[in-house]
Amino acid sequence: MERRLTFGRCMMLGLAWTVLGFMVLPMLIIFPVSLTDQYYLSLPKESLSLEHYKAYFTDEQWIDATVQSVIIAVASTVASVVLGTLCAIGCWRISTSRASAVRTFMLLPIIVPTIVQALALYRFWIDLRIVDTYIGVILAHTLVSIPYVVITVSAALAGFDVRLEQAARNLGASMAQTIRHVIVPSIMPGVLSGAIFAFTISFDEIVMVLFITSRNVYTLPKRIWDGIEDHLDPTIASVATMLIVVTLALLLAELWLRQRRSIARGRASGEA
Amino acid sequence: MTRVLDQQSRYWLLVMPALLLMTVFYVYPLIQVLWISVTEPEPGLGNYAELFTSGFLHKIWWTTTRICTLTTILTVVLGYIVAFAMAHVRERQMTAMMFCILLTFWLSVLIRAFAWVMLLRTNGMINDLLMAIGLTDEPLRLSRNEFGVVVGMVHFMLPLAILPIYANLRGISPSYVSAARGLGASARQAFLGVYLPLSKPGIISATMLVFVFSLGFFITPAILGGGKVVMISEYIRVAFEETLLWGKATMLATSLLFAVLLVLAVVGRFVDLRKVFGAT
Repeated sequence: MERRLTFGRCMMLGLAWTVLGFMVLPMLIIFPVSLTDQYYLSLPKESLSLEHYKAYFTDEQWIDATVQSVIIAVASTVASVVLGTLCAIGCWRISTSRASAVRTFMLLPIIVPTIVQALALYRFWIDLRIVDTYIGVILAHTLVSIPYVVITVSAALAGFDVRLEQAARNLGASMAQTIRHVIVPSIMPGVLSGAIFAFTISFDEIVMVLFITSRNVYTLPKRIWDGIEDHLDPTIASVATMLIVVTLALLLAELWLRQRRSIARGRASGEA
Repeated sequence: MTRVLDQQSRYWLLVMPALLLMTVFYVYPLIQVLWISVTEPEPGLGNYAELFTSGFLHKIWWTTTRICTLTTILTVVLGYIVAFAMAHVRERQMTAMMFCILLTFWLSVLIRAFAWVMLLRTNGMINDLLMAIGLTDEPLRLSRNEFGVVVGMVHFMLPLAILPIYANLRGISPSYVSAARGLGASARQAFLGVYLPLSKPGIISATMLVFVFSLGFFITPAILGGGKVVMISEYIRVAFEETLLWGKATMLATSLLFAVLLVLAVVGRFVDLRKVFGAT
């Protein structure tokens, strides 16, 4: 490949980085805004101030919303990781066309528009009397997270040697023992990736929450949504900055796990 | 043989909990939506007649289609440029580019819409900047209109276009282009005649992903449109919250779902959808 810095190559790189700048800059601008000394959204005028971070940490409503979001995200992550992992392992081991149809069926929540599923779940949640309850939100978030767990775990299983599982069974391990001691440890990076996806999805989810909750359950995204709708308080900028930092940490963790997964896969194919 | 069957059915036990949960709590409610749309307020296709008779609905579908098409074209073109650059730079620069994309991809859509509101609103930062350097005397209207919605949507959709296109471009061997050049093709001819046709699968996947997700997109249009630009998703919410007419809301939801399935069915003839959604 030619590496000369031709005019065309400069153009291409310039355009590409312009687009990337368009993607990243709006996020970066939030950070200085969160340090503004003004009481409205703006860049700092005279000095930097941590006022809006203080506002977040001292406001019971913001803290309460954060705690609720964490509880819901943890619960739905645990549920979707357990269900999704078992489902992926089952489909992988059965490996007939019916099993692969099941795996495709599990992707449904990715395809159905969020507003449609929000309306559908709201209607059914009314019948079940779980509107505006923790269990209602956790169940909804579990359903939409399962596909991502199934995808990441299936990808990890693709690099796992079936014969290891058969060997364990032949040596007399029960199915539960095999899953616990043989399969799950070697696909752990995939399971954890799925968990990170599931957590992020639940923690950021807003559309279903707008439908299936009212006053009792009040998550962080809903509070941000209401904040944007009415007065654009700079506290949102401080919350957003903290969320960007959390996202960055989760992304780095996921990238690290992905690397582990591809190393594991390389090893498996090397041995086979 | 019986032991094998026994084994198989035991593995189905692992699949069952997720499958049952999805069927009872997800698919059943969706079917209920279809059902309500043809039974409330009275049995029949009365609700759907409105799709053909209501000028207001025509306007909303037209707005939705127009914004989605514009968003898709812009996103795929810009995404192709980035993916092309990624496929033609060294490892380190590629990693830096990928990191920018993944960070955008992972960040909450609400936070991203918030950032754009901050930048685009009447007394927002872009207007402040334009007035400070004297390009304009009065603030421009950048949000609460289609411009703002499209900017926000393109921003959201870019990773969805870049990732499949890049996956495709990475697989194209540079020797094809070298061969074309060696046979006397100009750089332009080699790109248009050899490289671009080879990247068609990536372009189709990206176009479909972006278009399908744009059709049902709710958050960004709702925030950046500020009630002035109403797409079908937002109209479903508004229609429902203001009128509580289940028949109409479910009819609109069903139509949106079928619009998405229609696009998937058409595109599914050209690409393997399971691959696009990462199932295989």
